[in-house]
Formats: sequence, structure tokens, C-alpha cells
Amino acid sequence: MFRCIDMKSLLHKTARTRRAPLVAALALSLLAVGPVRAEKPWHDIGRDAKPAEIAAWDIDVRPDFKGLPVGAGSVDQGVEVWEAKCASCHGVFGESNEVFTPIVGGTTAKDIETGHVANLLPGKNYPQRSTMMKVATVSTLWDYINRAMPWNAPKSLSADEVYAVTAYILNLAEVVPSDYVLSDQNIADVQKRMPNRNGMTVYKPLWDVKGKGDVQNVACMTNCATEVTLGSFLPDFARDAHGNIFEQNRLVGPVRGSVTTEPAPLTLTAARAKVTGGAVASQAPKQVDMKALLASNSCTACHGMKAKLVGPGFAEIADKYANQADATVYLAGKIKQGGSGVWGAVPMPAQAQLTDAEVAAIADWIAQGAK
Amino acid sequence: MPIHQNLNIPKGNALDQPIGRVVPAPENTLSADGLETARKARRSFMGKALAMGAGVAAASKAAFAAPAGEDAILKLPAHTTGLGQGVATDGYGKPSKWESNLTRRESPGLTRVTQASVSFCPLQGLFGIITPSGLHFERHHQGWWDIDPSKHRFMVNGLVTRPRVFTMDDLMRLPSVSRIHFIECGANTGPEWGNVALPSVQYTHGMISCAEFTGVLLSTVLEMCGIDKKRARYVLAEGADGSSMTRTISMETAMDDVIVAWGMNGEMLRPENGYPLRLVVPGVQGVSWVKYLRRIEVGDKPYATKDEAIHYIDLQPDGQHRQYTSIQECKSVITTPSGGQTLLDQGYYNISGLAWSGRGSVKRVDVSVDGGRNWRTARMEGPVLSKALTRFNIDWVWDGKPAIIQSRAIDSTGYVQPKINQLRAVRGTRSVYHNNAIQSWKITENGEVSNVQVY
Repeated sequence: MFRCIDMKSLLHKTARTRRAPLVAALALSLLAVGPVRAEKPWHDIGRDAKPAEIAAWDIDVRPDFKGLPVGAGSVDQGVEVWEAKCASCHGVFGESNEVFTPIVGGTTAKDIETGHVANLLPGKNYPQRSTMMKVATVSTLWDYINRAMPWNAPKSLSADEVYAVTAYILNLAEVVPSDYVLSDQNIADVQKRMPNRNGMTVYKPLWDVKGKGDVQNVACMTNCATEVTLGSFLPDFARDAHGNIFEQNRLVGPVRGSVTTEPAPLTLTAARAKVTGGAVASQAPKQVDMKALLASNSCTACHGMKAKLVGPGFAEIADKYANQADATVYLAGKIKQGGSGVWGAVPMPAQAQLTDAEVAAIADWIAQGAK
Repeated sequence: MPIHQNLNIPKGNALDQPIGRVVPAPENTLSADGLETARKARRSFMGKALAMGAGVAAASKAAFAAPAGEDAILKLPAHTTGLGQGVATDGYGKPSKWESNLTRRESPGLTRVTQASVSFCPLQGLFGIITPSGLHFERHHQGWWDIDPSKHRFMVNGLVTRPRVFTMDDLMRLPSVSRIHFIECGANTGPEWGNVALPSVQYTHGMISCAEFTGVLLSTVLEMCGIDKKRARYVLAEGADGSSMTRTISMETAMDDVIVAWGMNGEMLRPENGYPLRLVVPGVQGVSWVKYLRRIEVGDKPYATKDEAIHYIDLQPDGQHRQYTSIQECKSVITTPSGGQTLLDQGYYNISGLAWSGRGSVKRVDVSVDGGRNWRTARMEGPVLSKALTRFNIDWVWDGKPAIIQSRAIDSTGYVQPKINQLRAVRGTRSVYHNNAIQSWKITENGEVSNVQVY
């Protein structure tokens, strides 16, 4: 492995030089401490990559379609894959805004002509940019699906399936007709119809570390503004939108977190009393970290906090059993033993790794509204 | 609207003004019951009379029983009079239980699934420039993993004479560097492009962290593989996780200071931060710091990957998106006092904050306490390093009147951190990424600090 300082090659090199032994020794010591030839002493650490290994990992597809594998898929085939593996997150027509932002929507036949999505203009106030409104390069769609989808099983689609799903999305955006078969042969034609194909600008100054930005300020020191304008502030109703900030600050020091779950105190005296009061200051907040518990047991891999992923969202479960008196006991049983049928055919496995205390805590948390 | 009429912000609210005498408030010496008595007393007519002198002695008999000193000193606590715990009680030490408020947190409603989400670093409670590894902000695109390092491989291919594969054993034998750099998500402060949206510095600026990273320079590895110098213009970095994050990096940057890193703050990377291998791309937005790094491809054209052609593109007022915006321009923020905090008293405060630049080092930080009319230059604490967080401090005496505090950083290129309205004038309000505006915190008479935008 460490070939460049192996003794045989060194001796060979020294022999060729036909110098006195002292010079040879000097050369050796120089080699040991610093570079005396182009190849560094670590040059051969690692090994050559094998063609099959490169092929297995070099999956990226560039806008000029370098890297795109041979294959084909129809819109109809795309529908099948989509409904089985994609629709649960993205909606049947790729328009869902529930789990992820919409893939399709907001593009027009005119955009396909111009290559600029008109709904991106400020006056349009289009509420939610979809993928098809943004993406300029069809290669990116193909590469995205191929590399990272489906969400919970990335890289499980065949090349033909990736073509098919791409074709379905393009059909939903009316870039290709419903009888289209997308392939490596015609994908360059599709590129010419991408609705936002002309919508990208490479702005060099924010790419190049030596660039000069497009927004300049000056370092005025005195009497800089005659009038200070309050442009925006956090409205009162949003005071507790991020929880109680008091609980997100240290309990000692020059400041405390404000108690944002209550209205702002009127005076400094009242504010200080609130944040340094005996009851508040002595608390060492320690409650069960429910999010951590759910995440470390992979509950969140299938259940969203609010909405359905694979299984129902925790809030949905809470809603369903809101009026059931024995909800905690019932849910504890379901968590411990698993079950199926209540929310669909996909079974939930028994969660045997949880201790009874953990099961009880989770069941109780859901029964209390999953908040 | 003009704010100074409403808020009565004094000009030059600074050390050159008389410093008020700080008297311990009764809240510090009264019990809760006594406090309530005093409050009632103040409100009532009788109370006024009492306060004028007549009943003070009587009232204080109950409430003001003057102690010889503070219990915290006079009554020796258990930790002074008992036996403490032994060594290695906790093989990997944790912060004090009293510090449990300082954690990474999600911003409610920002993202919809935790595996493609962000947790924000609690900047409001941190000191100096190094982010504790457990508080380093997180951004995952398809969930995080704890990968067996013995099975992790790193490949270099593309326009090289020798495509190579490295184990962690191989990489960690190579000559390494250890350098302190900040990492900031391009979307840090993004929700504030249009208006104030977030209550505290954790959420406005918490997608930044700073650590000492250890690894081998990417240039060292690329030289080992023999780059085709005539054609090579870009490298593509790719992760080994489900999202297989891919980002295009210029060859110039790749050969400059990019690190293939395994170390963070003296230990191996945390799993949430890419264990066992991540790319460190100093000065460039965090998404390019590919985690679980499995591959570098050398190429002659940019790649327009999902995270540079669908995400991480900046919508401009003309309806065009800027692509490949990478550099995190010079920015700063005051972390103490900051939004969501309450000042405990009038008088002296050490205003403290962080400044950084993706183009070099921080040259100067100015602080204003009057909404940007007047500025004073802050002290910069050492070390001041290129593409690293820099801590600044400045003295301030709060007179109890409304104030708006701001910091403004200037970097080694002479670039001055802009105001939010200057950014909006050029980039509109829908850019999402690269908001490096001056942050304003308003302090009201009640001591509460809140997030505002002024210009």
C-alpha cells in the first residue's frame, strides 16, 4: 500500500544515482521529512476504484444528460408507480400540500412557450411555489426521483420506473401528452418544453468567494438616520407561537427568558418579579422529552405529529379517542402489542422495546391531545 | 411610522450619560407573601400613608424581618457539608441539569416532517465562538443515521487519472488539518425577508454553528488522484444517506480550503452532523457541507442537482431564480440581550454577539442602541479567524427607557452588513435564502426584548 516509501524502490532509486553512501543517506532522510519529488509519501494510500464500484455510485445526471441511463417509461406506467409509492405523500395528482410542498401546479401552456413561469412574478402573489414552477432542468427531476425517492425507500425504483414517474409528473404539468413514453432518446426534446427552463440566473458574485455582493451599506457612525422607522414587529398573538421563551433561556445571568405564555408585564418591576420569582427560578425544568422518545423508537418514521405518514398522525389518533375514557389504557395496549385495521391495512408492529413506563407516557401524551 | 415619538428613544443612550444608582428592589428581599402585601400597600390609600413613614416599622416587622445575611451564605448547603459523587459516574459527561433549557429546538410550523427539518442552535445562551457539539444546529434532508465507520467508503472519480476508494483507516492516515469555521444554512433568517416572524435569536439566527473541524484537505486527496487540470472546473460532493445530497463546488474552492472532515471539536463528528465523514466548505452555505460524504466527482460542468435547481434557489423580484448562490456574506447579531429575554434591572449590560463572513475575517463590529442613528465600535474577542464566528462585546448602561439595539459587521473585504430594506430593495422579499440583514432588538420599559425591523 505505502509504496512510495517502501525500501525496495528507495534502494533502487539510490542505486541508480551511483552516489556515495553519505549522499544516499541524506536523500533518505530528506525523503523522510519532506517532499523531494512530485509524489507525496502518502500518494498511494487508498486503492483504485473498480469500474463496477464507480458504476454503482456514480448515478448523477447532469443537465446535458451525462450520466442518464438508457431506458423508457410511459405516463400510464408512471400512474401505477405513483399511486403505489408516491401518492400517499404527494397526492394522487402531485398537487398535495400536506406532507410536502406541491410538485405540480401554477404552470401554464404559455409558460411552456416562453420558458418563464409567469406566476413567479411578484404581482401574481401565487401562494405556494410548486416544483414544476421552479425547476428549469428535466435532468434534475429525473435525478431527484432516482436518487432520493420514494421518501422512505430511496433508490428502490428501476431506471424505467424513474422515467415513468417523471413522465407522469410532466404529464400532470401538461408538458407531455398522456400517451407519452419518456426515454433517454427524447428527454432532450422535453427539456425544450420545461415551463421554467429560462427562469434561472447564475449570479456569480454569490458563487465566487472573491465576488462583491449586490447589496451595499456604508458604515455611518453618527446622526445616520433622522427618523427611525419601525417596519415590523411580532404581533401579540404570536407571543407564544414558539412556546414559553422563559423555558428556553438560562436560569442565571444578566437576563432571563420572558414568560411568553402570559401577557407582557407592565413594568420592569413586575417583569423581574415574574422571571425571578421563587416558584419560577427554582424550577429545574425536567419533563419527559416526548419528541426524543418518539424519535429514538422510530415512532416518527411512520407517524407524523399531526398528519398521516404511513400510519395516522398523533394528533389524528388523539382526536379519534378524545372522548374515550379508557383511551390511555387502550392506546398503551395498541403500542405494546401492535395492531392493524383501525387506520388502514398497513399493520403497526408491536413495540416490545419500550418499557412499561415509556408506553404509559406515550399513551398518556396521545390521550391528552398529543401536544 | 416614526418610532421615536412613541418609544421616546434618547439620542446617544450610552456610557457618556450619568449612570443611575442601582438599588436592590424589594422583590429581591421580600418573600412572595411580603411582596403581595407591599404591592397592595402601594395601591391603597392607606398604603400611600404607610409608605410615607407612619407604618413602615409595623409593616416591616412581618415582611422586612431583616436577616443577618443571605441564606445562600449563612445556611451551608448539602454540597458544602456532604460527600460528592465519584469519578466516571457518567462516562461521557453531560451539561448540568440546571442548563437543560438550552437545547436545540424546532421552529413550530416551519417544516412538516422531522426527517426533512431543522433544529436551531440556542445562541441566546452560548459564550465565545465554539458551539458545543450537542447543540450544533441540525439540518437533515431525509433523516440522520449513525453509520458504522468501518463500512464507510469514500470515492473520488470523474476527471481524474486514478479514480480511488478510501476507507476511514486510509483517510485518517493522511496529513490532517484542524480549523475553526462557521457553518450557516443558506436559509438562516430566511423567514424574516418579508416581516418579523420569530421571537428569539435561536429561531432568527440559530441555523449557524461554529466548530473546530479536523480532516484532510480535499486538495490533498484530489492531488493524489491526479486531476485533469485542463478540463476540471467543478466537483460534485455526494452523501451516502437516503437523500444522497449532491452539491456542485467550484474547482477553485475545492483546491483552496475545503476539508474532508471526520473530527469536530476534538472528537469524531456527531451522527447528526455526518458521522463519520462530512465535507467542510468554509464560507459556503451549509447545504454544501455534504454529510455522510461518500463521493467526490470531478467534472467540467455544474450539475444542477435537486438542492441547486429546485431547493436552495433564490427568487428575485423579476421572477428569475438565482442558482448556485453559495457564499454566506458578512453578518452579525447581538445574542445578549436578544429577543424573548427580559433585562432584570436598569444599569450596566455587556452587550455581546457574534459576527462572521464567508469571504474572510471580521474586521470591525459597530453597535447602535438608538435604532441605528449612532454607532460605537465594539471590542472583538480573540481569536478573529477567517470564515469563523467572532465574538464581540460592548459596554452599555440601560437607563430604563425604550431602546433599539443593533450590530453591524464589516469584513476583511470592506463589505458592510446591510439593512433589511437595502436587501429588499435589490432582492425583494421572496428570496428565502441569504438574508444577512442587520438585526434589531427593541427593549421596552418593562425590560422585555423583542424582535423588530427598523430602518
